[in-house]
Amino acid sequence: MTIAGATTADLMAAVASGETTAVEVAQAFLDRIEAHDGSIDAFLHVSKENALAQAAEVDTKRRSGQPLGKLAGLPIAIKDNLCTKGEPTTCSSRMLEKFVSPYDATVIERLRAADAVLIGRTNLDEFAMGSSTENSAFKTTRNPWNVAHAPGGSSGGSAAAVAAGMAPLALGSDTGGSIRQPAGFCGVVGLKPTYGRVSRYGLVAFASSLDQIGPMANDVHGAALLLEAIAGGDPLDSTCLPEAVPSYTSTLEEPIAGLRIGVVRSHYGEGLDAEVNAALQRAIEQYEDMGATIVDVEMPHQQYSVATYYVIAPCEASSNLARYDGIHYGYRAPQFDDMIDLYARSRGEAFGAEVKRRIMLGTFALSAGYADQYYNKALKVRRLIRRDFDKAFEQCDVILTPIAPTPAFKIGEMADDPLAMYLSDIFTIGANLAGVPGISLPAGFSSSGLPIGMQLLAPALQEERLLRVARMFERATDWHTRRPQLST
Amino acid sequence: MSVQLSRDDVAKVALLSRLKLDDGELDRMTEQLGAILGYVERLSEVDTEGIEPMAHAVERTNVFRADVETPMLPREAALSNAPKTDGQYFLVPQIFDAG
Amino acid sequence: MKYTTIIGLEVHVQLLTRTKLFSGCVNRFNPDAPNSQTDPVTLGLPGSLPVMNAEAFRLAVKVGMALNCEIARFTKWDRKQYYYPDLPKAYQISQYDLPLCSDGFLDITNAEGETRRIGIIRAHLEEDAGKNLHEGGSDSKVDLNRAGTPLVEIVSQPDLRSAAEAKQYLEELKLLLTYLAVSDCNMQEGSLRCDVNINLHVHTDDGHNIPTPIVEVKNLNSFRGVEMACEYETKRQIEDFQKTGQRLGDVPKQTRGWDLARGVSYPLRSKEEASDYRYFPDPDLAPVTVTGEWLDEVRETLGELPAARRDRLGDAWQLSQYDASVIITQGQDVADYYETVAQTCGDGKQAANWVTQDVLRELNERKLSIAQFPIPATVLGNLLNRVVAGEMTVKGAREVFTTLLELPADQVTDATVEQIITDKGLLLVTDTGEVDKAIDLVLADPKHEKAIADVRGGKQQAVGPLIGNVMKHLKGADPKAVRTRLLERIGGA
Repeated sequence: MTIAGATTADLMAAVASGETTAVEVAQAFLDRIEAHDGSIDAFLHVSKENALAQAAEVDTKRRSGQPLGKLAGLPIAIKDNLCTKGEPTTCSSRMLEKFVSPYDATVIERLRAADAVLIGRTNLDEFAMGSSTENSAFKTTRNPWNVAHAPGGSSGGSAAAVAAGMAPLALGSDTGGSIRQPAGFCGVVGLKPTYGRVSRYGLVAFASSLDQIGPMANDVHGAALLLEAIAGGDPLDSTCLPEAVPSYTSTLEEPIAGLRIGVVRSHYGEGLDAEVNAALQRAIEQYEDMGATIVDVEMPHQQYSVATYYVIAPCEASSNLARYDGIHYGYRAPQFDDMIDLYARSRGEAFGAEVKRRIMLGTFALSAGYADQYYNKALKVRRLIRRDFDKAFEQCDVILTPIAPTPAFKIGEMADDPLAMYLSDIFTIGANLAGVPGISLPAGFSSSGLPIGMQLLAPALQEERLLRVARMFERATDWHTRRPQLST
Repeated sequence: MSVQLSRDDVAKVALLSRLKLDDGELDRMTEQLGAILGYVERLSEVDTEGIEPMAHAVERTNVFRADVETPMLPREAALSNAPKTDGQYFLVPQIFDAG
Repeated sequence: MKYTTIIGLEVHVQLLTRTKLFSGCVNRFNPDAPNSQTDPVTLGLPGSLPVMNAEAFRLAVKVGMALNCEIARFTKWDRKQYYYPDLPKAYQISQYDLPLCSDGFLDITNAEGETRRIGIIRAHLEEDAGKNLHEGGSDSKVDLNRAGTPLVEIVSQPDLRSAAEAKQYLEELKLLLTYLAVSDCNMQEGSLRCDVNINLHVHTDDGHNIPTPIVEVKNLNSFRGVEMACEYETKRQIEDFQKTGQRLGDVPKQTRGWDLARGVSYPLRSKEEASDYRYFPDPDLAPVTVTGEWLDEVRETLGELPAARRDRLGDAWQLSQYDASVIITQGQDVADYYETVAQTCGDGKQAANWVTQDVLRELNERKLSIAQFPIPATVLGNLLNRVVAGEMTVKGAREVFTTLLELPADQVTDATVEQIITDKGLLLVTDTGEVDKAIDLVLADPKHEKAIADVRGGKQQAVGPLIGNVMKHLKGADPKAVRTRLLERIGGA
């Protein structure tokens, strides 16, 4: 078996049977990173020694017959906005370039408890703001399928790492599509859970009412396994849901009889790339072939979702990022006149253009005289968007949509037009506004060899359904088995 | 209604945001914020009469914790990322006015 | 120039919880070990999240109830955004448009003895900031031990009309909070802090009322400071008005600081355009709804509040308003002590005299709390019962009291009291036969003939030396009773 690029199920079986060890697995992925990350730049930091030590501990436990966690010995890449004790947590920002977290995020604690191997920290758009990972202050991650193209974002480093076989699993975070869109661009599986399904404690906040941590993997089983390990109530996060976590992996192979798939016809018109459209139509047909019923659903307020999102997310972000002021941690400008100048220079010098833009937008939209017109209005439209989902889910079990209007765009292509970049989030944003789960999975390739993803959405807390429906498609297709050819 | 943001308006927002922007940034920001806000204007088309604002994605109530102590950070850890410290306190320039 | 002073107070009270408002970090005043009581939430570290302390919420509801407020059935948490080095997240979690408590009042008694009802606009729960220390040198120091401490902010109506009333309001409020046991109200340690909003209504000769601009004096941390600041501002504002004629609305609300050493207020600089709190609901915290049943449960834990107890003591023991206030103001333990003494001795007035004078004097001199006072309330009550019954004089009881204070606590018992009374012969002779025998001896003594004749002739003051002589023959007797009997026996005018 080739370790790098193998699925989690194969890796677990190989380690369990003694064919290989956790240390060998970790070493194989570290070697893969060593060999290829120079051209992909998915990682900001590779935790070589810690990873090998964790793997060795797993092997010791296994040999001595101690109980092992769900993720025993599986290497996991961590998006660099998840606080990990004793490790840099930079959010790809100059602001936190030297920040070392003194505590673990809840998901990190759960990964440790599940005996996972934390292999390294992946690149992202600064503070998770962006859809291309080009907004990183440190490096530009490349799409493993074509290094001239962006991996998507903001979890572009995690998506690229999985796609390039540098980790079988990764954690991302998704505020407006930041797991699903890069998963789609890189041809891997990415799941944004129901808001509150996974604790946000230790996830560096971008927009608190929209942020969710979720799994990325090279197949649906991997995503299910990782979600199982990280989901569930947390007394440290008031917004985290206490509902019991089902065993997603144990029901994964059961197809859903009488499945009703909702389709919003307006998605498949103008503005959607023809090859993406064709791939999605084929996917719909494949579900029909499996016995599913296709139901037309209306989402009349979806056309307002980008506008709604680009008020709410910047408002929350402007507040969440106020703490980076050069006083208690983070960057402080070397020269300043007074306190206001210290704040303004520290922030002005250390934040990148996109972060500044969103802080400015949010500050304006919350300021005296404008809050009603922008912030409060957007909160009301948000409820209407949520009601669209509620109504649609009365008619169907899942909704099938594109992930993005196009396959991965070229690096630099969208850099000068923030609004155009925002508009490309149209298909993913709704799930964040409504709090419902969504999964992105491979559904084809463009003629130029770039992956095309599709999205499935389900009602709140229906991750089990979502994963089963995704797995039905995966079993009927082989898109997920393809791997990019990496130059060495 | 359409919001026309002047360069001065943007400079005021920058002060409120505690962001020092150079002239080029101010120009670009004025243009880009104008474009984004122009797009956002479409929200005014939506009839939201009688609709409650939705500030949370999942609307829970009454989430409390018991008044029980949990581990604290040692001072060394608390100050470990401070840009300036004397080992006991965070240090900031002498404050004369409300930041 | 005639004018009325208009004062409203904003009081911040730290709640006595074990842990902070939004995390399990210890809540304790500890300036000697700066930055030793923090955790990721207190420091506002990236990724940290707040979770509401149930006890802080309950205590804040108690405060609202005791202030006769309406308690909101639905309340939420908002972020108040501003930059300051003691505010690590650059926003304070507070309550904006839906405060926990609103529309209440607190009754105070002013110097003229009138009851004044001071309106409470709102009381809400919020987190405290850390502390900036300016000790000279090029840097200020920031200690975040205090950051995240639960605070109730209590905002009064502008119903106070003088510096003295402002002080009375604060004293009554402090007493109430102390009775509720929600705060230690230690102003030196900053657990009770006050901002004053003050302006004048100038009454012109032609019958108009002109309001002057409102001034806020911030961060007063003593009752005396509040009183002085109000007096100072009243004078300053009337002078300012005479000079400038500025009225409310002509200038923005001014914020001033208070220089305790010089006894003056001074303007605080602020860049107006640099602040705008941009309140919005905190997405990290869930709103709170409460039921009527739960509110009833909390109400049952309020106990007897000071105003009610003051009235009850007055009625039950025929105490003056003054005596009742002195006792109530000393706190619940002293009031409990008093009530036990009063019940045991059966005379509320006698008990009040002893508790407010002898006992409080000893507590002050010995720097003791009532719990540490060596004489148990029942022992003092039984002692005073002898006075009430006419078996001892007050002077005699005081002698016992003084003796008891010198004894080890475990020896201060009713039995010890009996022993001291016997040893010192303090018991009054109440047997009239004994008294008559002594009077017989005195009346029979020829050297008293003159005095006896004088008394018979109407010179009542001549009876004094005779009483003294009768007393000498007795081991202890009530001089009043002896006088009465003597006069009866001598007869005459």
